[in-house]
Amino acid sequence: MTEAVIKIESLCKDYITDAGTVPVLHDVAFEVMPGEFVAIMGPSGSGKSTFMNILGCLDVASSGSYLLNSRDVNHLNRDELAHLRNQVIGFVFQGFNLLPRANLEDNVALPLIYRGISRAERTMQARVMLEKVGLGKYQLSRPNQISGGQQQRVAIARALVNQPKLLLADEPTGNLDTQTSKEIMALFSELNKRDGITIVLITHEHDIAAYARRLVRLADGRVVYDGPVAQDPHAHTSYTPSGAQA
Amino acid sequence: MMFAMLSEAWMAMWANRLRTILTMLGMVIGVAAVILMLAVGQGAQQQVQESIASMGSNLFIILSGSTTSGGLRMGGGAAPTLTVADAQAIEELPLVAAVAPSAPGTAQMVYGPNNWSTQVIGTTPSFLTVRDWRLSSGTAFTDSDIRSATRVALLGQTVAQNLFGEEDPVDKTIRIKNSPYVVLGVLAAKGQSLDGRDQDDTVLVPVTTAQRKLFGSQFAGTVRFIMTQAESAEAMPAVEKSITELLHQRHRIRDSADNDFSVRNLTAMANTAAETAKVMSLMLGAIASISLLVGGIGIMNIMLVSVTERTREIGIRMAIGARGKDILLQFLLEAIIISVIGCLIGVLLGVGGAYGVSGATGMSVVVTVNSIITAFVVAAAVGIFFGWYPARKASILRPIDALRFQ
Repeated sequence: MTEAVIKIESLCKDYITDAGTVPVLHDVAFEVMPGEFVAIMGPSGSGKSTFMNILGCLDVASSGSYLLNSRDVNHLNRDELAHLRNQVIGFVFQGFNLLPRANLEDNVALPLIYRGISRAERTMQARVMLEKVGLGKYQLSRPNQISGGQQQRVAIARALVNQPKLLLADEPTGNLDTQTSKEIMALFSELNKRDGITIVLITHEHDIAAYARRLVRLADGRVVYDGPVAQDPHAHTSYTPSGAQA
Repeated sequence: MMFAMLSEAWMAMWANRLRTILTMLGMVIGVAAVILMLAVGQGAQQQVQESIASMGSNLFIILSGSTTSGGLRMGGGAAPTLTVADAQAIEELPLVAAVAPSAPGTAQMVYGPNNWSTQVIGTTPSFLTVRDWRLSSGTAFTDSDIRSATRVALLGQTVAQNLFGEEDPVDKTIRIKNSPYVVLGVLAAKGQSLDGRDQDDTVLVPVTTAQRKLFGSQFAGTVRFIMTQAESAEAMPAVEKSITELLHQRHRIRDSADNDFSVRNLTAMANTAAETAKVMSLMLGAIASISLLVGGIGIMNIMLVSVTERTREIGIRMAIGARGKDILLQFLLEAIIISVIGCLIGVLLGVGGAYGVSGATGMSVVVTVNSIITAFVVAAAVGIFFGWYPARKASILRPIDALRFQ
């Protein structure tokens, strides 16, 4: 039997503010098997970003258990969490989050530095990754010299350079136009189908979610739907940005 | 890993070139000031020490005392109360190494077309022992010259230069106050005294010659001062006491009366001068260190700004696997690179400045390897000390907070 990449049980997250304790996630159960492509949807304030940050080991849950790659994340220290983020998870952000000073090659190679890989090896792997996302000839450009779609490709290359078990994407197409979004989603699909990379992504656009095979819908911090994308009962209520898909 | 971190740090500094350079400037000025001030201070100290060494060691000078004449008290040395016999008696005292009675005066001297006016000291051969003064050529006069009051002279370097130029003065005859004197030898160079006089502008003649022939009635059997060397530094208080007692007896001074002589411990005075120079040197160094401290605070200030500015970058790095210590190292390295490069430039500037000052003003400066090493170690320490807090601040950020920072 294959082990789940993510296994979450009765996970809760509260934020403590001046106004008191604000619950964000209630009793969430979630499991992802290797090779899955999961989209998480939900309206603003549904807790999906918080959920993503917890999945990505950037934030910790208030209670409940989270096994990532069979390791209990709740009992790891800062360095061990950093190790997980470096080698088990690849993160893609809405705002790309590339280092503006560094060229594309150095941006992609950044996670390798924290793994202690030699310079020559870093450069080589970074080039292979840039090649893979179709930006081989831009290796010495800087992030501000390429388009948003290209920047997101660089971010994906960076997320994949350490061969992670899990690719997490937080609204990866949120800052991109329709055409570029399609290209980026096609890239995700290809990575999932061809390379078998497990992907969890957040979106609030249904046609982006449609690239995934499984959909998890959050509302008010609870899972309200978990199943195939095609059978989503809430599809018609999902938020669609004006002027998006025709 | 370390190399990668260095190049990361370098990249960040390069991106903010002007700011990096200005921050560095604080260190540059601090280090240059410390090195320059230490060099000037140590130069002064060295000069004092050379003067002290040229004076001779464990030295007393016994001056003939003041006298009261019709209610007027004359200054020290006015009354010719000390005699060569006093000097001989002092020499008999225990713990006394050498004694040189001295009768100084000023005289005009001539050799060929050149003439020169200078101080002539009538003294004994032990003057050279007491003052630790060697001859650069020729021989010294002897006790038999003293007994027969021969007209012989030893010339200081300055005098030899002014009268003879390039010529060798030994065995030549010069005229002092129109009498012929044979030059027996030339004294080695001594340089400046503590009070800045040229010690080489001196001629030595036998004390008897000075008393009877050169200065005549001025020193009828007396001398102006007696230089006395004790056997050791420890013996000096005992020697001072026994000299005072001896002269008390010899001059038949009643207990109620003033002494007609005074004994001065030259070595103690010299030590005071050395101490003063040392304190001055330390003070210069301390003042300069303050600018190093200010430079360090400048580094801390900029690093704090840099950490705040780059919070998002820190978040990105943490999100892709940087540990707290990786972030700490990155920012610490930046601080250290700034201070070490600043220090290197500061050393160059400080050493250059020191030689520039010495070239422009003739002040003696001493740049020691020690002061450079000290400046370097202090600069690196300042970098670590003032870089640590901002770096630590960066490293303990929570990744999620750092990422959300706008």
